[in-house]
Amino acid sequence: MTDLSAAILEPELTPRSTAEARWRALRTVSRGDVVFRAVLTVLALLLPFLLLMIAVELVSNAMPAVSKFGFGFLTHSTWDPVRGEFGALPLIFGTLYSSVVALVIAVPLALACAIFLTEFAPRWLRAPVATLIELLAAVPSVIYGLWGIFVLIPLLRDHLWKVARPVLGHLPLFSGVFYGPSYLAAGVILSVMILPYIAAVSREVLLAVPADQREAGLALGATRWETVWGVVLPYGRAGIIGAVILGLGRALGETMAVTMVIGNRHEVAASLLQPGYTIAAAIANEFAEAVSDMHLSALFLAGAVLFLITVVVNALARVLVWRVARGSAVGSTAV
Amino acid sequence: MHRLTRVAATLALGMTALAGAARAQEMRLTGAGATFPNPIYSKWILEYTVVRPRLQINYQGIGSGGGIRQFTEHTVDFGATDGPMTDSQIAVVHGNVIHLPTVLGSVVPTYNVPGVTGQLRFTGDVLAGIFLGQITKWNDSRLTAINPGVSLPDQDIVVAHRSDGSGTTYIWTDYLSKVSSDWSQRVGKGTAVNWPVGLGGQGNPGVANIVKQTPGAIGYVELIYAIQNHIGYGLVRNKAGNYVEASLETTTNAAAAAVAALDPTTDFRVSITDPDAPNAYPISSFTWLLVPKEMSDPAKARQLVDFVWWAVHDGQRYCQPLAYAPLPARVVQLEEERLRSITVGGRPVVPSNYRGR
Repeated sequence: MTDLSAAILEPELTPRSTAEARWRALRTVSRGDVVFRAVLTVLALLLPFLLLMIAVELVSNAMPAVSKFGFGFLTHSTWDPVRGEFGALPLIFGTLYSSVVALVIAVPLALACAIFLTEFAPRWLRAPVATLIELLAAVPSVIYGLWGIFVLIPLLRDHLWKVARPVLGHLPLFSGVFYGPSYLAAGVILSVMILPYIAAVSREVLLAVPADQREAGLALGATRWETVWGVVLPYGRAGIIGAVILGLGRALGETMAVTMVIGNRHEVAASLLQPGYTIAAAIANEFAEAVSDMHLSALFLAGAVLFLITVVVNALARVLVWRVARGSAVGSTAV
Repeated sequence: MHRLTRVAATLALGMTALAGAARAQEMRLTGAGATFPNPIYSKWILEYTVVRPRLQINYQGIGSGGGIRQFTEHTVDFGATDGPMTDSQIAVVHGNVIHLPTVLGSVVPTYNVPGVTGQLRFTGDVLAGIFLGQITKWNDSRLTAINPGVSLPDQDIVVAHRSDGSGTTYIWTDYLSKVSSDWSQRVGKGTAVNWPVGLGGQGNPGVANIVKQTPGAIGYVELIYAIQNHIGYGLVRNKAGNYVEASLETTTNAAAAAVAALDPTTDFRVSITDPDAPNAYPISSFTWLLVPKEMSDPAKARQLVDFVWWAVHDGQRYCQPLAYAPLPARVVQLEEERLRSITVGGRPVVPSNYRGR
């Protein structure tokens, strides 16, 4: 029995031991591997470290303002460098407001572009249109700003508003005198700037929807429109939300184009036609000539707030994408 | 292998020797600060290479606030600013600073009133009223009273100001603070202030654009910018009661008038807005270089004194073509004394009879 077992085991043992030997040989690490691993580890840790250093630098420079203004920094709207009183409410409000306006305009447009390009456009038209939309992202923001000053603002103020005023003029959203530089102008400029990001990512997402999903929809007797609306979009919604958040992140931090058209006024106004300000624009405008230490510190604090806003937006996006992806797993698994 | 090492060693030695030689020949001065005088400082630095070929001066127009900060942190040899350092800022450097005026600048009101082509007249009170948001229509009686014969329309006034911190804003608000107690109490003066009304534009071009594109707008830009871009601007009534057009001449007059009243020991941190002279434009200011009173490197100190001396004497002839107003003679004379008083280790850098290099 033992012989037999030995005989049975023997041929098995030999290959196992050679396999182990080979495994051991594979596991003995060469010096090159160690170096390679170390280099990669350092490089990979460098980026989070950089992020950490930025946060530390922002917060440490903002401390004088934090200890002087505390929570009031977020709720007061006086920005007076002469008396050293700083409240960033208008900046925070303007940052969020202009970005939301941009999303409201850009998301439908970008989605329409993406759906058209993946579902409806003739094949020869897809690549050129997609490339042109992506080219929008290659335009420097100062060019958008100039376009805003010389084309968009006169167009909005002298033409569109003249037509729209009798209809919309009585709404609180469009109250007050319209001089041109405004949340509206900033929102429109931003929407053009973030559109290529949302459109390009959404297009990729829709392209990734398997063909059998569409075929199934069509086979059930749905029209093409019903297939897109009822099958393709829900399938890709997590990815599309991701695309929107990418656009939002871009809008929150945009500086040059916004400061050129928003009017740079430290004031909270609900009307789209009124001038406002954003955190990024204020920092860019005032940093170089911020003479007093408290002014500088207040700008750092505003920067830290912007940092926090983008972190929160990204975290929310993660949660949202995760929940949507899980929810849709019942019917289909999304990207 | 041995030969290789020897070659490398020789090379290294040679290079150190070369670098040493270069260091002995070339000297560097670095400065940073105000953007307003950047064009003329660049011109001076360029022209000065003819005078001192081996001296390299590097000036960066990073803004007055940045200039003061870098000067305070000793990261530059000299700073530059459009607004003088405050007492508390001077305390930080333990008083070791001299303000040296280099050129003069003026700020002018520019406007876009439909139907008005000629030059409008303004007083300090009216300008303050407009920028406080108290005068809101172009046909307000306070405007029509000082502009007889001009038919001003029933148009809303849109105020345009600088959104970026700026020496231009400092001069403008300094003037308004002097002529209007209401302004000095509610707003005050500074490179950036809490504007009661108006839209912010970035830089002179930003303000000029708002004015150009918005019917009924009024803003303020540097005289240089207005001249170089052919932008019309208004007359401003000075203390003597005359409506004066801003020009290089009336700007220099303002400085001369303001300085005539000064003590010879002045630290030059003076505002020259709203002076007494009948032919002076009231909204103008010096721009300053910040130089340490007591320096550590004798060679550098000498080069810096030479350069600034040259700038306030020979350098002044480059003012006119670049549309800067030159310094009045009295200011230059006072500055000579300041330059002679600069010391290294307690000993003067230049002899007391120094008259330029």
